[in-house]
Amino acid sequence: MSLATRAKTRTAESFRVTRSQRNVVWTGAGALVVVVVLAFFPFLVYSGTTAILVQGFIVLTLATMWNLMAGYAGLVSVGQQGFVGLGAYFVLILALHGASPFAALPVAVVACGVAALPLWWLVSRLRSGYFAIATWVLAAAIMLFIEQFSSLGSGTGLPLPGFTGMSPTLLTAYTYWIGLAVTVAALATVYLLLRSRLGLVLTAIRDDEVAARSSGARVGLARLLVFVVAGAGCGAAGAVLAISQLQVQPTAVFDVSWTAEMAFAAIIGGLGTIEGPIIGTLVYMLLQQTLQSFNAWYLIILGLVAIVIALFARRGLWGLVDSRLSFRLFPVGYWLRGPVTEDRRSRRRAVGDQV
Amino acid sequence: MTWVNAIIQGLLTGGLYALFACGLSLMFGVMKVVNLAHGDLAVVGGYVAVGIITVTHIPVLWSFVIVVPVMAVIGYALQRTLIQSALNRGVLTTLIVTLGLSMVIENALLEFFSANTRGIGAGMTLVTGSFRIGSQIELPYLLLLIFAIAVAVLLGLQYFLSQSSYGRLIRAVADDKEAAQLSGADYRHVFGIAAALALGTVALGGIAYGMYQSLDPTAGTDTILLFAFVAVVIGGLGSLWGTLAGGIVLGVAQQIGAQVNLSDELLAGYLVFLLVLVLRPQGLFTRRASS
Amino acid sequence: MTVPAGGLAGSSSPLDSTEAARPANGTPVLEAAGLTVYHGQLRALDSISLRVYPGEVYAIIGANGAGKSTLLRTIAGLHHATTGSVLLEGADVTGLRPERRARLGIVMVPEGRRLFGSLSVEENLKVGATYARRGPWTIERVYETFEWMRDRRDQQTAQLSGGEQQTVAIGRALVANPRVLLLDELSLGLAPVVVQRIYAMLPHILETGLTVLLVEQDVSQALRVATHLQCLLEGRTTLEGRPDEVTADQVEAAYFGLAGTASIPREGSESS
Repeated sequence: MSLATRAKTRTAESFRVTRSQRNVVWTGAGALVVVVVLAFFPFLVYSGTTAILVQGFIVLTLATMWNLMAGYAGLVSVGQQGFVGLGAYFVLILALHGASPFAALPVAVVACGVAALPLWWLVSRLRSGYFAIATWVLAAAIMLFIEQFSSLGSGTGLPLPGFTGMSPTLLTAYTYWIGLAVTVAALATVYLLLRSRLGLVLTAIRDDEVAARSSGARVGLARLLVFVVAGAGCGAAGAVLAISQLQVQPTAVFDVSWTAEMAFAAIIGGLGTIEGPIIGTLVYMLLQQTLQSFNAWYLIILGLVAIVIALFARRGLWGLVDSRLSFRLFPVGYWLRGPVTEDRRSRRRAVGDQV
Repeated sequence: MTWVNAIIQGLLTGGLYALFACGLSLMFGVMKVVNLAHGDLAVVGGYVAVGIITVTHIPVLWSFVIVVPVMAVIGYALQRTLIQSALNRGVLTTLIVTLGLSMVIENALLEFFSANTRGIGAGMTLVTGSFRIGSQIELPYLLLLIFAIAVAVLLGLQYFLSQSSYGRLIRAVADDKEAAQLSGADYRHVFGIAAALALGTVALGGIAYGMYQSLDPTAGTDTILLFAFVAVVIGGLGSLWGTLAGGIVLGVAQQIGAQVNLSDELLAGYLVFLLVLVLRPQGLFTRRASS
Repeated sequence: MTVPAGGLAGSSSPLDSTEAARPANGTPVLEAAGLTVYHGQLRALDSISLRVYPGEVYAIIGANGAGKSTLLRTIAGLHHATTGSVLLEGADVTGLRPERRARLGIVMVPEGRRLFGSLSVEENLKVGATYARRGPWTIERVYETFEWMRDRRDQQTAQLSGGEQQTVAIGRALVANPRVLLLDELSLGLAPVVVQRIYAMLPHILETGLTVLLVEQDVSQALRVATHLQCLLEGRTTLEGRPDEVTADQVEAAYFGLAGTASIPREGSESS
């Protein structure tokens, strides 16, 4: 037996590639419990609290989508507010035609996904940094375009119709539930997407785009899919926003600060993990609730925190936890479990989890 | 005749947009950094000018003598600290860090100067007056001056980059920073100089914008960064004079849009941008492989 | 390419004047001591040492992936050494960045030429001269040595042939007046006849008192010009000695790692 074959056999014998199933079961059960408990909140807490939670759901959905783009597909978009606005306006348009805003939401989500196709065709012509500003210009152009229609309230927007006859309590509860549902759906979609073949392709692109291309990964297609999913997801968040605000105002729904918020929540929590945006949203909401009386200060602090984390803890707060515990709530990568050796470096290493 | 005036106005506004754009283009060309805080830093330059004029009562036009060097130093410092450490960690990090910086600057301006708009040199003849050719055609003094400054800045930049020793190093580092190191060039220092040039020029843009329109904390992203970027894309990435050409196309498109309907001004500019992106993504005025 | 006729020494060893002299006790121009370098998990260099004395042409040979380029790049400061040090005329430069080392006189012609593509020939030379030490080489002298270059100095380097580009790259390094010139794979991607011509310039360059450390995959070429030879295999030294001391079999064994490592002890230096 030659040395090479011997080495190969040894490797095959002693290394196992696993994706811990036990974690998934526990996390799944835990997530279910959390969702069920959250679902009962409208019966348990004041409407002020659920309103804050709805805000949190919106940010979490957005952060999850931004993480999918930046953390997995290497796409930094500064124009996701374009999809937030589109989602809100699609709901408004359908509601103006007599649909219930709640029923309009799924349609708006699909419409945003479809709208992402031509937009991708435009912005994918530009690379990295210029891609970022191009998405921003597109978002600005979409807003200006929508403001042309006086039937949609031009530059001032319109109140969202379709809630007449609904009691405020019920409306608050429904809004809360739909926000929760959108968030759970967003997290589940991203989780399943990343555990599919696409997740592997994306990991390959992130680690080495040229190598990924040359080994046959369809990089363009993978990115397109991510852009469409993220567009639909941000549109869903925009739809929830419209319903929770009961009105659609162009400068509010197309505000670039949506992108800043989603980006910073994702970065603070940690890009490239599903857990990151969840942690990041918690931190974001905490900062916002404690500092919002200081006006602009909370945005200043948020920006500074994001800069510090981007520079000094690139994998975010979750990365700090993860690097100490090698622990995943939502494992989408693989573990390479080697034989017991002296060399600590090769003992437990998550393949593809280093950004 | 209003159409002729509109087109002249748009053409001259192109100079302002070139001042916004040339620094953005330079920084991308040299260090592959898209500085998302570019516009906010222009606004900072404008506010510094307001402050200097208020405190020292120097003539409005002379404020740039202080503002441009101050912003150049800030640019150098920013590049050597924040942006360089972001660059060491990859392009994604530069975007995140400059986005964070943009948000910090914008909100700091809001906190300290409120959302009120501020003009520079309001009421001066320079700002309000214009030449008249015949009875109908107007050439506003201010826009003429801004256009002349823009042309002078671009000429100066071109001369610096092609003739001076540092200009040569900037181009060398843009081509291959490792090879430049092997020739003894500290590319971090060279990057810093490029960033100083970028912020010095955009500070002029900030002052000019404060005179032409008025400054407010959100102008940096809403207007300056987006217009700069649109001008860069229309003119062609990495082309110095392309920023002026792109700025002129954007300015003319906006003025024509405004003639059709006042609310169409901005949209018309973006539509031209989208058209260029569809038909000629390399930009209208690039020859292949021009520096 | 025109090189004055006197400089074209042909393929016989052109370095008769310096060949015999290998001062054992003088200060080396360049010394590397126990360099270990990792590329990620992979150990690219394993405790490599070398001493280059004034006027030498020190050749490092080895197969692809032996660590030759890594060694040169580490000496130039482009790679970080986990352990070991680099000394320039006895002074430790290990902690210095590449640009500092270049200004002190460790100047490298990188693999693949790496000219500044948007700059003209003359501008490339001017960049090389920006942080030059004092010395015999000027842009004018480069033009005197390679006369074609003067006529084409305003051309962009992208328009030159591969051999011409390599010559400009050498010129760009020369105008910095290096104490030691590092040449990384001069022959890469060039036709054999062009490689011959470029190596034929070497003696002409050495007349100005230069010391050369070169990396070459083409063993026969290296053997022709070198006054000292070191062969690497998988990051370790497998052979070291003067070209006339080693046999073809020893070189082959060291190059491919066929037998046990052959090593010719070198007077005054520890064998690795």
